Amino acid sequence: MKYLLLIYGAEDAWSQAEREECVADSVALCHELSGKGQYLSAAPLQPVSTATSVRNHNGRKIVTDGPFAETREQLAGYFLIDVPDLDAALEIAKRLPGGRKGTVEVRPLVEPGKLPKTPS
Amino acid sequence: MSGFRYPHTEAIERLYRQDSRRIYATLVRLLGNFALAEDMLQEAFITATQEWPVQGMPDNPVAWLITVARNRGLDRLRREQRQVDIDDEQLETHSALHYEQQFDAEVLEDDRLRLIFTCCHPALAPEVQIALTLREVCGLDTEAIASAFLVQTATMAQRIVRGKAKIRTAGIAYIVPEGPQLAERLESVLSVIYLVYTEGHHVSRGEVLFRVDLCIEAIRLARLVMTLLPEPEVKGLLALLLLTDARRPARSDADGNPVLLEDQDRTRWRSDYIAEGKALLDDALAAGHVGPYLLQAAIAAVHADAASFAATDWAQIVALYDLLWRFTESPVVALNRAVAVTMRDGPAAALPVLETLAASDELAQHYPAHAAVADAYRRLGQAEPARAAYLRALALVQQEPDRRLLERRLAELT
Repeated sequence: MKYLLLIYGAEDAWSQAEREECVADSVALCHELSGKGQYLSAAPLQPVSTATSVRNHNGRKIVTDGPFAETREQLAGYFLIDVPDLDAALEIAKRLPGGRKGTVEVRPLVEPGKLPKTPS
Repeated sequence: MSGFRYPHTEAIERLYRQDSRRIYATLVRLLGNFALAEDMLQEAFITATQEWPVQGMPDNPVAWLITVARNRGLDRLRREQRQVDIDDEQLETHSALHYEQQFDAEVLEDDRLRLIFTCCHPALAPEVQIALTLREVCGLDTEAIASAFLVQTATMAQRIVRGKAKIRTAGIAYIVPEGPQLAERLESVLSVIYLVYTEGHHVSRGEVLFRVDLCIEAIRLARLVMTLLPEPEVKGLLALLLLTDARRPARSDADGNPVLLEDQDRTRWRSDYIAEGKALLDDALAAGHVGPYLLQAAIAAVHADAASFAATDWAQIVALYDLLWRFTESPVVALNRAVAVTMRDGPAAALPVLETLAASDELAQHYPAHAAVADAYRRLGQAEPARAAYLRALALVQQEPDRRLLERRLAELT
């Protein structure tokens, strides 16, 4: 089953050094998961100041600066994994370095079945 | 043929009463689907009532029922061409009649454990864990559960449906956790059982003082987990439930009014529960185990050993609450400890702590805190502060029998 692990955290809670350590630890975790065939994709995201939002309501297309909503904690990164069940996903979620100062949300994917194959 | 009662009818009814939940747990594993398991369980029993009178009772009736239910379930799944998690092994053995060996007692017990752990998964909200456990493990119907927790049947039904949907969609596996996960997950299971008992022991709202059916189900669940996992903390929980439930016959008078511990007729306490609870407690302590349930059980045991309220070893109880505090740091534990201090050292000694607790953020809305303050002032003969505290308690109480008790105490002051 595929799960998306969404890492939320307050951007100002991290020092530059902590951020770099988090990325290094996360990359190491990606390699470990890849070795077990569980890794699909992962990345930290650039800060919310780089976000742009797009809405397409009633035929009007609107582009604005900023995230979809101003929140205390922001989406900071993600892991996309393939594991047998929720407990396996939770064990990985507990290990995400980003979770040290934030919250990791674990969401199962709906798999529509007609998506293009991921290029390897 | 109608009106003739086959000897098998009673046997089948007995099987249903004793074994249907065990069979259900196994079917959930075999068919990977709660609703299908329930439907096929019912169908298998109906088939039994039709076929056994003609063909005779099978040697292993439980295995027969599981096999028939499983086969029908697999047929239906194939017809509907759903994607399910079925072992290839199951598909292959489906057409064979070799059922006797597969479903021995150990397999069935494992499946019951799987069901309990699945229903109590921390990914489900606590009220959903409780609802699912009562429905799927205990077999209570939705209406009974709704009424026990004072919600609408439709609300409870929706809670259960959503819980099952989450189990399926989020991929909660139907397994008994192992290794380090077992301890964490066991905590969740024990917590559900404890919450069911607590709600049965002292209903939070409404007309009734306690719900006997919830108390009985909680004890039954604790016994079930005990037979499957005789860990010390499980013994501690079962001991706590038995030692607490032992007092139930004395907890209300003929009119349904609550009788406080100090006024209870201790000859009405159940000595069988007390003996069993104390034996479990000794067992768990002998294993060198100390945990929150065991400590609460030990406190209940001190009460059980006392001939009267006054003769209770309050010093021992205070000491036990001190230990319990180190595990939980819960404000309610602090309050209960303070009440025990009132008994050990007198109300004047305990009042400063009681006042502080009743004024704290965590307990300001908790009526027993104000009732305890009122009680201490009452014992000191200080009517005005007692009245003020009783009024604060009355403003917060939501259970009618408790309200009447507080009103009576208030009236006695004048």
